[in-house]
Amino acid sequence: MKLSALHQSYLNRRRSPLDSSVDASSKSFLAVFWLVLHCLCCLISLLLGFRFSRLVFFFLVSTPSSSNLYSPPFRPDLPPPRIDLTPSNATTAEAKTSSSRVVVGRHGILIRPWPHPDPVEVMKAHRIIERVQREQKAVFGAGAKGSRTVIAVTPTYVRTFQALHLNGVMHSLMLVPYDVVWIVVEAGGVSNETASIVGKSGVRVIHVGFDQRMPNTWEDRGKVEVLMRLRALRVVKEEKLDGVVMFADDSNMHSMEFFDEIQNVKWFGAVSVGILAHSGNAEEMVMSMDKRREMEEEESSSLSSLPVQGPACNATDKLIGWHVFNTLPYAGKSAVYIDDVAAVLPQKLEWCGFVLNSRILWDEAESKPEWVKEFGLLNENEGVESPLSLLNDPSMVEPLGSCGRQVLLWWLRVEARADSKFPPGWVIDPPLEITVAAKRTPWPDVPPEPPTKKKDQMSLSQGNNNVVVIPKHQQQQQQRSSKVRKPKRRSKRNKHEAKPTDTATQVSSSTKHHQERN
Amino acid sequence: MTNRLSLSAILLFLFFSASSAQHNVRTERISGSAGDVLEDNPVGKLKVYVYELPSKYNKKLLQKDPRCLTHMFAAEIFMHRFLLSSPVRTLNPDEADWFCSPIYPTCDLTPTGLPLPFKSPRMMRSAIQLISSNWPYWNKTEGADHFFVVPHDFGACFHYQEEKAIERGILPLLKRATLVQTFGQRNHVCLDQGSITIPPFAPPQKMHAHLIPPDVPRSIFVYFRGLFYDVNNDPEGGYYARGARAAVWENFKNNPLFDISTDHPTTYYEDMQRSIFCLCPLGWAPWSPRLVEAVVFGCIPVIIADDIVLPFADAIPWEEIGVFVAEKDVPELDTILTSIPTEVILRKQRLLANPSMKQAMLFPQPAQPGDAFHQILNGLARKLPHDGSVYLKAGEKVLNWTAGPVGDLKPW
Repeated sequence: MKLSALHQSYLNRRRSPLDSSVDASSKSFLAVFWLVLHCLCCLISLLLGFRFSRLVFFFLVSTPSSSNLYSPPFRPDLPPPRIDLTPSNATTAEAKTSSSRVVVGRHGILIRPWPHPDPVEVMKAHRIIERVQREQKAVFGAGAKGSRTVIAVTPTYVRTFQALHLNGVMHSLMLVPYDVVWIVVEAGGVSNETASIVGKSGVRVIHVGFDQRMPNTWEDRGKVEVLMRLRALRVVKEEKLDGVVMFADDSNMHSMEFFDEIQNVKWFGAVSVGILAHSGNAEEMVMSMDKRREMEEEESSSLSSLPVQGPACNATDKLIGWHVFNTLPYAGKSAVYIDDVAAVLPQKLEWCGFVLNSRILWDEAESKPEWVKEFGLLNENEGVESPLSLLNDPSMVEPLGSCGRQVLLWWLRVEARADSKFPPGWVIDPPLEITVAAKRTPWPDVPPEPPTKKKDQMSLSQGNNNVVVIPKHQQQQQQRSSKVRKPKRRSKRNKHEAKPTDTATQVSSSTKHHQERN
Repeated sequence: MTNRLSLSAILLFLFFSASSAQHNVRTERISGSAGDVLEDNPVGKLKVYVYELPSKYNKKLLQKDPRCLTHMFAAEIFMHRFLLSSPVRTLNPDEADWFCSPIYPTCDLTPTGLPLPFKSPRMMRSAIQLISSNWPYWNKTEGADHFFVVPHDFGACFHYQEEKAIERGILPLLKRATLVQTFGQRNHVCLDQGSITIPPFAPPQKMHAHLIPPDVPRSIFVYFRGLFYDVNNDPEGGYYARGARAAVWENFKNNPLFDISTDHPTTYYEDMQRSIFCLCPLGWAPWSPRLVEAVVFGCIPVIIADDIVLPFADAIPWEEIGVFVAEKDVPELDTILTSIPTEVILRKQRLLANPSMKQAMLFPQPAQPGDAFHQILNGLARKLPHDGSVYLKAGEKVLNWTAGPVGDLKPW
């Protein structure tokens, strides 16, 4: 409209051509200017929306206190809002009673100048979260139902596989969500070896020494272990430890549900234990399995063919007897010495399947049931075989794990050969010899040696009495190589080559060392 | 009466504090008379008579659109059903203290499920005309001993837009009746002094189906799912939620402690149970079902709505349970929340864990003791006995039957 009017006026002026040529040019310039301005305004309106004029008005009129006000991007494709109000004073509809502070209408969107998280506040929030989670754990988690301390009794002694076994038990105990007291009884006295492993656990450890060396046969070892466990129970009695006593033999594996289940024991409980009578000799196992199947076909076996030891219940979940591991298939073929390659069989009733309330062991008979023997008067020399000897009436044992239907832990005995060697504390000191000489590159130019070489290295732990770390021919090779290389010597090589000759002497010293270790 | 009430409250308190001491879950009782009111039993304290209105006011509407049973305004339907089988119901209107009129004005839904309030005033009017002509009880008090459940956005103002609602005001015919509504804002036209504020309807079975074990650690600090800008109705922003929701988004979208977005995740209920604070900002109206969900899931509600009146405010001490943030303080929300002392937060969580609190927010079917139905009856019981002045002399008229916009006067 404006444009056409301008156009018309311009054209009108054009009709008087001669006298106003200069005027005409300036007016044409003005017209063009208006045209350009008009187009510009149209374009801006198109981009910012129909309320462009209102925006200008707003910026001109509003007070500077709106410095932290933000006008969100306009969207011209959407229909204009139903209510149009000027932003800062929206009073078209106020509550009738004058005391209301809240008004309807458009408010500014308040944004602070730096809308990013403050690190101090983030830390505070994380501390709040951590405190809330701790409270949740205390109220709903493990601490909720009145959790009892777990007292774990572990007989152990220093040998090659001790680190393997003790680390396993330690990790299980560290994961237990309840308080744990770990009584470690060590045959042969307290040693640094065991103490260093056990000290890393973070649970409370009572490390007791037992003055007897662990014998070499499984049968005798079982007897000594029983004495060690009784020693630990005496510690419980003396220290008046309160909680649930379980027997964590160091080569066993416990499930986490086991620890949850034993919380329910009242006085004396029994759980089902999976018996893994393994020898490491596959043929033996196959033979024994076949023999077992034969036996099953012969008789309607009342002997359980499952490798489980635990309580047996009748239909009403009452204890009626015990499932015991069937040792007949292994008759005559079981391991006698600790390092025999044959199936290791469990005792009649393994201690690990039983748990007891520590109050049974205490002196004063405060609410101790009468079917429990007085622990202090127990005579160890009478031959305590299983924990049932602690009771007068074995039928009062509580079957746990839905009456023995759940197998909650596994019994396993795996040991290295009696004469096997291992570095003390599993720290390699002095350093082992270099078996492959590197020249300039960290990896050898010579392709990797055939497997025979590696076997010789492993013989370090399983070994014969003659420990040979570097086979003779290689030693000679290295000596030869050093001889060859001597004339063309660079300073670096010198250092490298010096070593093989040194390690030749080191080999002998280390073998001496290891022999002492055993 | 109040002495007896306080005595019984003290006895109840002692009894319940003794019993809760044996509770393994550490929930805290709201001490004092306010908290015990939640466990009051309204049976025997009042009698309610339910009018038999023609089904065009209730059942036919429900048949036409059964979605009315699941949206957040379903309280009116369930209250009616509850009263039909409740022991407080009496079939003798002469001995009734309160009169219930089962009308479902919010059951007129659009195809997308939102209620249209345009015909509601006419429906109400026609129903009241029916009541006043067929029964003498309306004219005795001009509705002062009648109550109506109006769970719509702005209660009995019957409009979803706040300006229009304020213009209309409360329907003139309902001026003397007690209104049971979800909307509550102080000094607002649509909140009458004697109204009872109730929580919006949230489906209890659905919520209970999504419960997770309470020992799952709460790892989200602040949680919110919903719109920040209502692009369809308010494209510029600043009008929807009075700019508060947009301010939350603009200030905290980069903050890792704030898990806020416009998603509709399927794990919404589970996520609320993993959060410490749940934002409950206003939308077009100040109330929202988020408050109910936060209370049921144990998440501390952060209420951002100036002058809001929360459900059962006389029975539930909301100040002790939730955190109130003024709309102008929204940019400092993170500072406010992190500066709350940890003991206060733990105490709020303990109060929220109280099962009677959760029960009071729900409308379970069938009704259970202590639920929202009973709290409504408790509220009505607390208003008894009726003041003598509500009873009008014969022939006296107070209400203006022709007041209000002309469109309302059309018959329905």
